Amino acid sequence: MTSLIHQRLCVHAYSQSLYRFSQCLSTSSWANVPKVCVIGTGPAGFYTAMKLVKDHPSVCVDMYEKLAVPYGLVRYGVAPDHPEVKNCINQFTSVANKDRCSFLGNVTIGKDVTVPELRNNYDAVVVASGAWEDRKLNIAGEEEVISARRLVGWYNGLPQDSWLKPALHKTEHAVVIGQGNVALDVARILLSPIDRLKNLDIPEAVLSQLSKSKVRRVTLIGRRGPQHVAFTVKELREMTKLDGLTYDILRKDCENLPDIIKNADRSRRRLLELVHQCSENAQSLDRNLRLWALRFLRSPISVQSQEGTVTGLTLAINRLESNKAVTTGDEEELACDMVIRSVGYMGTKFDPSLPYREDTGTIDNVNSRVTGLPGVYATGWAGSGPVGVIASTMTQSFQCAKTILADLPALHVLPGKPGKDGILPLLQSRGVFTLNHGS
Amino acid sequence: MSLPALRALHNLFIPSLKVRCIVLPRRIHHKIRHFEPRTCSKALFTTYSALQHGEYERLPPKSEEDVVNIRVVDRDGIEFDIRGKVGDNLMMLAQLHDVDIEGACEASLACCTCHVYVEEPYFERLDEPDVKEEDLLDMAPFLAENSRLGCQILLRKDLDGMLVRLPVGTRNMRVDQKGQQKEENEDRSTR
Repeated sequence: MTSLIHQRLCVHAYSQSLYRFSQCLSTSSWANVPKVCVIGTGPAGFYTAMKLVKDHPSVCVDMYEKLAVPYGLVRYGVAPDHPEVKNCINQFTSVANKDRCSFLGNVTIGKDVTVPELRNNYDAVVVASGAWEDRKLNIAGEEEVISARRLVGWYNGLPQDSWLKPALHKTEHAVVIGQGNVALDVARILLSPIDRLKNLDIPEAVLSQLSKSKVRRVTLIGRRGPQHVAFTVKELREMTKLDGLTYDILRKDCENLPDIIKNADRSRRRLLELVHQCSENAQSLDRNLRLWALRFLRSPISVQSQEGTVTGLTLAINRLESNKAVTTGDEEELACDMVIRSVGYMGTKFDPSLPYREDTGTIDNVNSRVTGLPGVYATGWAGSGPVGVIASTMTQSFQCAKTILADLPALHVLPGKPGKDGILPLLQSRGVFTLNHGS
Repeated sequence: MSLPALRALHNLFIPSLKVRCIVLPRRIHHKIRHFEPRTCSKALFTTYSALQHGEYERLPPKSEEDVVNIRVVDRDGIEFDIRGKVGDNLMMLAQLHDVDIEGACEASLACCTCHVYVEEPYFERLDEPDVKEEDLLDMAPFLAENSRLGCQILLRKDLDGMLVRLPVGTRNMRVDQKGQQKEENEDRSTR
């Protein structure tokens, strides 16, 4: 009996001490830990979280993702034949595995939980949601035009785009409106022989459709001249070196490039030199191979179709006036079986409390600080628009993390905010299941 | 309080302890760089995530002949004096010594996150960059005349004393893309 009482007492004492200890933690240390949440788990989100955790001894970062899996465009945007670009996933994984970082998948901000709710529960909110919409052409017959963003999502296995079934088995000539890196990616995947693709990370269903593809020619259309192309020299050089693939760039389009090259800066100069060199080489190439072509000074006016199948495209012929495209009034018909638009991405207005710019869909910010909302930051494509490679996003996100760390002492006022302890019950009450890293 | 309840409380409590694990402040990290790899226990190094690759850089130099000393200045202006050896990859060596240099594509020549400035006269001594490296450098933010990719520099004896800087990149990034382009160009011209 005595021993039992003794045991009970011990347990009581232990529980009391544990209780006091936990009280002490929950009222002082835990509250002392600044809590930051990141919306979006693409490169911008991960680089910001990485820098925050590295440069601050105690900050906790919760990362919210609308999809079930992290890495954003690294997973669903980078072309499957560029697997080395995806190596950064290794580092992102090590960030997600850190004790002070949490990944919360399957949470749509703006729908499941709102930005004001996040602001109530976190000292700082970082919007790194990227740019998920794509720009439209606003022309007649637009409904027959395939969005390059969706096509990229489709061949990368993005769940929401798996329904897209491009009629590749009926397509010989595809036209891409736009001359950026996405346009080149699409052209490369459509023109690649199936043997090149089958060992890549492409879903089986997509591969079986690509294997039936009859695409022989992809034309990339730009509204301005060759000096205004948006793709980068690395991607263009890759296109010129692919086996079994040839290209067509009209020599007369590139006649005045040498003059422009003289005044261009380094990166522009090297790109234009390659474009010019291609236009010179193109004349002597074998036209019987699969072919990609660049056409300049053309704007789409309308898409013609018969019973849901594209038959052609009407183009307006432009001329340049102080680097702007102005229509000459002339038109041109181009027979084709598929039209793909690739004229840039746009930010999504996912939460009404954020200040968006109407034209670009980006969030208004100065040095990542969102205008009018203290404690809210925007980085990556959500903040600066859909331009630049992973290195520019990285530089920007590191800068954003530094800005947050500089503001954090002012933002983190005791009693501290609950962080995800305040958000998870909300999500549960709304029937939202969150997915964690490793689950 | 019953034992199961206590256990539940205990279990609740453990993860939250984990969250509050103590992390070495940066200053202490920097002291570690003076350690030579061979004097450190292996266990210390296995805690660094950057070491999945860069095995060669972990090996000690065979002799004094092989040693190449370099200095790396990071984005915050902190100087790292690193004792490397012939054949070391600059990016991996710097990562091994806890310099904040990124290598998103893990030296497979697909990104430009390990962009560095190499100071003269060492810049001249480096091998001419590959076309692929030049293409990637064209995309690097804050490109300068003495820009190179860190992962493409292998240490040689004539590079002993080399000074390498990481791009500071503290220029204000403006909201619109045109503004950002402008800022970056300004930065290029001032270097």
